[in-house]
This record gives sequence, C-alpha cells and structure tokens, in this order.
Amino acid sequence: MSIGILGTKLGMTQIFDETGVAIPVTVVQAGPCTVTQIKTKQTDGYTAVQLGYGEVAAKALTKPELGHLSKSGAEPLRHLQEYRLEDSAAFEIGQQIKADIFSATQVVDVIGTSIGRGFAGYQKRHNFKRGPMAHGSKNHRLPGSTGAGTTPGRVYPGKRMAGQLGSTQVTVRKLTVVRVDAERNLLLIKGALPGKPGALLNIVPAKTVGRAKG
Amino acid sequence: MNAQEIINSIESEQLKSDLPIIHVGDTVKVGVVIQEGGKERVQPYEGTVIAMRNGGINRTITVRRIFQGVGVERVFLVHSPRVASIKVLRRGKARRAKLYYLRDRVGKATRLKQRFDRPL
Repeated sequence: MSIGILGTKLGMTQIFDETGVAIPVTVVQAGPCTVTQIKTKQTDGYTAVQLGYGEVAAKALTKPELGHLSKSGAEPLRHLQEYRLEDSAAFEIGQQIKADIFSATQVVDVIGTSIGRGFAGYQKRHNFKRGPMAHGSKNHRLPGSTGAGTTPGRVYPGKRMAGQLGSTQVTVRKLTVVRVDAERNLLLIKGALPGKPGALLNIVPAKTVGRAKG
Repeated sequence: MNAQEIINSIESEQLKSDLPIIHVGDTVKVGVVIQEGGKERVQPYEGTVIAMRNGGINRTITVRRIFQGVGVERVFLVHSPRVASIKVLRRGKARRAKLYYLRDRVGKATRLKQRFDRPL
C-alpha cells in the first residue's frame, strides 16, 4: 500500500551497465501527476489518494469531470487513478507527484493494457497444437474435442476456445528500475511492458505476495 | 520532445564517436575487455568481418577467424564498453553484405582480395 505513478510508454532501447552488459529497458514518461483528491476515513470510509495524469483540452472532458478537477486547481487531466494508502495525510491536494518517488534498483509492478489481437483462434490464443498440414488431412487449425458425449451433454465452462485476445489489463510483476531521470520525469524499467508506445501505464512499488522472506 | 527523440537522447550518451569506418570483408583487430580475478585486461581478437547489423546502439559486427583449425565467430556489440578498441588492419573486397559462404570454405579459399581504394 504505497503510492504509484501514471505514465506513458515511450518505447524500448538498451543501455550498458558498468560491467558492459547490455540491459533491455523500456522508457516510460512517468508523471508529473497531480493529487486531485484525498480520501479519508471520516469522509469516505477508507484512506486513499487520487492522482490525475495526461493534460488535455478542457473541451475533451465533461462538466462533472472538470468540476471535480477544479477542486484541486489542476489542469484538465485525462486519467484518474486511486491508490489505497495506510495514511493519506502526508499528501495535499494539488501536490505534484514526479518520477523521483522511485529510485534505481527498486522493484516495481507495471499495470497496463496488452496489445489487442482481435478474435484469435486456438493456436494463437491458447497455444494449441496444429493438425497435420498435408497427407490428406483436413484438420489444420481445429480445436479437436471439447469434451465427452451424452454425459455430461454440455461443454464445461472455462473450456478454452477462440475469442478476443489481448486488449485486457495485464500486470507485469517484479521489474527492476534501472535508471530514474528526475529532470525529464523518465523511468527506465528493465524488460518489456504491456501495450504499444503511447499506452497508459500504472507503475507501483512491487507488491509482496505471501510471507515476507527472512 | 517526442518519444523517439527522448530515446535517441538516452542512446546518444552511450554511442561511441571514435569508431573507425568498418565494411564487410575487412580484417579487424578488436580489443575485448575481460575480467580475470578482479583485474581487467584487454585481449585482442583478430578476424574477418563477415556480417554487420546497423541498429544504432545495437550495432554489431560478426568477426570470423580460424583458431587451431576450428572456425570461431564472435558477435561484438560495437558500442559496448567491453569492446575497448577496433582497428581495421586490411580492407577486403566483398560483393555481398553477408559473407556466410566463407563458413563452407577451408584454407586458401577463405582469403578475400584486398582492395586499395578505401583508406585504412
């Protein structure tokens, strides 16, 4: 439960570390985000901080959205994201959150939307095996059996079938921050991130699952 | 500044500016930094450039040599700090971009004609 940041994926490159190893990194324009709302136990029943990111023209937003943003005195912002915190008193409305909340070698989780691949078949979506392409076979990309016969007389829910692939929320966990450029609000994160360049990303400190080590 | 300009500015910090002009077919001497018991030293590796990939920061050369009767090919990231130096020893004449045919040749047939119109 700590604050994260919203950002835009810019693209990938590689950098060399001090030993000369080439590290693949994704460059992220992280922030600056504005604190648009602070939720407290008294008013909302829980504590959280809402951040806004992505300046747009005022005409792109609705009147209710503009009214909400005017309370914090922020510019018109496209994206709002809430972060649950133990204590939200450390933040104040209108405060700027920048990339320097992260440090190099820190481990982060990145949440984004994966690249949409449309209606995809069995091979592409679920890595099914392909049928023989020759020797008279007419079964090339078919799924095979989807279950037993009269008993149960239906296909079990959850059976893997063709359908929409991608364009869903994806979390990539335990990625290392390689470099932080506080001046330009850039984060260099090791590895690939969801979506194409220009995609919105939500970067949070890595969530520990299970018992803590040691 | 748009996305590509930002990425270019990150890459440009690491690009080497003192690299010689290398062509496929050239014989080069590459100084490779190797770690040995906490100490660094530069080991030379000499051979023929049989392939090149121009990818900005990801630019590589493939250098082939015959070592103790066995063909050895090493791919060098030209801009890597592990490559201390690159020196062109001889300009070779090649009529194609990838000299993979040299892998199937032995002895005298692996030689390339020297060309003199390019300065070293």
